[in-house]
Amino acid sequence: MYLPRKEQFHFFEETSSGVFGLFDEPEQILEAARQTRDKKNYTGFDCLTPFPVHGLDEAMGLPRSGIPWITFAMGLVGSSFGFGYQYLTHAVDWPLNFSGKAYNAWPAFIPVTFEMTIFMAGVSSALALFFFSRVPVVGRKILHRDITSHKFALWIPSSAPGYKEADTVNFIKSLGATDVTVVKG
Amino acid sequence: MSMTVAIKEKLGIVPLVEGNKSYKQVTEDILKPTESFPTKVWWTAFALALTVTLVDIGIIGYLMYEGLYILGINNPVGWGFFIVNFVFWIGIGHAGTLISAVLHLFRQEWRTGINRAAEAMTIFAVMVAASELIVHVGRPWLGFWLFPYPNERGPLWVNFRSPLIWDTFAVSTYFSISLIFWYIGLIPDIATVRDRTTNKFKYAIYDAMSFGWVGSNKAWSHLEMVSMILAALSTPLVLSVHTIVSFDFAASLLPGWHTTILPPYFVAGAIFSGFAMVVTLMVIAREMFNLKEYVTMKHLENMNKVIMVTGLMVGYAYSTEFFIAWYSGNEYEGFTFVNRAFGPYWWAYWIMISCNVLSPQVFWFQKLRTSIPVMFIVSIFVNIGMWFERFVIVMTLHRDFIPGSWALYVPTIFDYAMLIGSFGIFFTLFLLFCRILPVIAAAEVKSIMPTKGGHH
Repeated sequence: MYLPRKEQFHFFEETSSGVFGLFDEPEQILEAARQTRDKKNYTGFDCLTPFPVHGLDEAMGLPRSGIPWITFAMGLVGSSFGFGYQYLTHAVDWPLNFSGKAYNAWPAFIPVTFEMTIFMAGVSSALALFFFSRVPVVGRKILHRDITSHKFALWIPSSAPGYKEADTVNFIKSLGATDVTVVKG
Repeated sequence: MSMTVAIKEKLGIVPLVEGNKSYKQVTEDILKPTESFPTKVWWTAFALALTVTLVDIGIIGYLMYEGLYILGINNPVGWGFFIVNFVFWIGIGHAGTLISAVLHLFRQEWRTGINRAAEAMTIFAVMVAASELIVHVGRPWLGFWLFPYPNERGPLWVNFRSPLIWDTFAVSTYFSISLIFWYIGLIPDIATVRDRTTNKFKYAIYDAMSFGWVGSNKAWSHLEMVSMILAALSTPLVLSVHTIVSFDFAASLLPGWHTTILPPYFVAGAIFSGFAMVVTLMVIAREMFNLKEYVTMKHLENMNKVIMVTGLMVGYAYSTEFFIAWYSGNEYEGFTFVNRAFGPYWWAYWIMISCNVLSPQVFWFQKLRTSIPVMFIVSIFVNIGMWFERFVIVMTLHRDFIPGSWALYVPTIFDYAMLIGSFGIFFTLFLLFCRILPVIAAAEVKSIMPTKGGHH
């Protein structure tokens, strides 16, 4: 059976201390991510890109996002809340007779139930995205100004087990990075 | 998705971004309007739109003070321009969702050039539509009564068996979900604007608006998923919204309104009018901001094809309606439709037919559907025609069951002011959007550009 796994809820970790290298082409970052993943001792590494690079999730070893589980659960909450609210107000709390319509006129409750399902599912997916991306944060330090425009960065945090400053710098250089910078927190 | 450049060339598929750009050039081109001082054309347009908006706000204030009797509505025509405008604007909004959600699910890459502007159009159109609704209740400060909050009057609940309450939920859900969808796509692009500015003040503003986005792939992988989820949620949502709007009419017992064709007919009409509005806006925007390499003729041609197809659907709905009115043998139903076409509002009916059914037929010819002046004029015609479609539907009220109570609806200057004002609000918001935020989804455009390795 397909069940949610913890790794599916991967989240952004602050790039406060470590090394990053810049690449010019998406192919390079794909290859760099693959090699870093294969190294095994650079866990917690990250790729910062101006747009979602196709295939980078696989290259980094990231599993499929787990947010759909949240969407599904909150969609169920929304629909039960939506229907329940209408039932409780119209059939229980104050039943009023409108032109002989049934108190529990369930077909008439479907539109609002549907809208509440969509609302809860959509809003909670967005909140989940914000939570896992660790936003909103004001004044977050950015690594390099070109990363959101045309450069691709590979980030290895100092917390990675295999991290040794000089070695890591050389490793990133060996992957073909044009510009390697050490960030100290 | 994974077709290589070579295959695309063989098949004669034109690139969606022209001019063989680098990522950096794309950033610079798309962000240019947000980084340079507005042009004279922009200031003129903005000043005009803002003036109309301010006058409109004044008129709304006067309307509140005086009451709705200064409008043309009467008995039997209890619904006037407000409802016409509401349905018109909410319909305009639907194309934005269609482009961003439905084309997203079908992986139509050409949408990336236009989806941002189309979604912005959705948000602003829904805001204008909602403002029409709130004003037309007469006492807008009690507008919150529409929501079923626990109150001290019993509590007295709203009637969930009424389509007007479904509408409240549909429109507010539609607005929230569209806003979230639009903004999630905007966050990475706002971060780009932030990272390119050297002005401290501007940096602080865009930093707050970008939520501190840095482009981590761990966040991108969730963002991609959430976009997909929101697209999947918006697709049934957009259908439900205009269906529920049509229920406002269809769930009544009036001949001409009480028909099962209304939901699909309204949805098709909404897409039709919305695409026309996108064409109108994009023709102007690509000219004004020099974005012809991103909003290419291919984009415009595709949209014109959609306009033609939905125009045919709408035309088919008009004829079905008429046929069924006759075929049903119901004399009230029959009278309503004959009255629409040949009664006192015959001119509105024939404006509707000629603008909506006849004018898009020019798009059968490739030469005409790739001509900027032709598509611009047709898109304006369609906008006019679709406004009149809603006018024709609402004006069904003017001849009810008792000939003694028949009356015509004569709009007053305040009705016209609200109509013109709605355009003022819309264009003010749209022009501001064009200056402040990237009009084209830069990150998405980059992700569909061919790379050196030949795949993306």
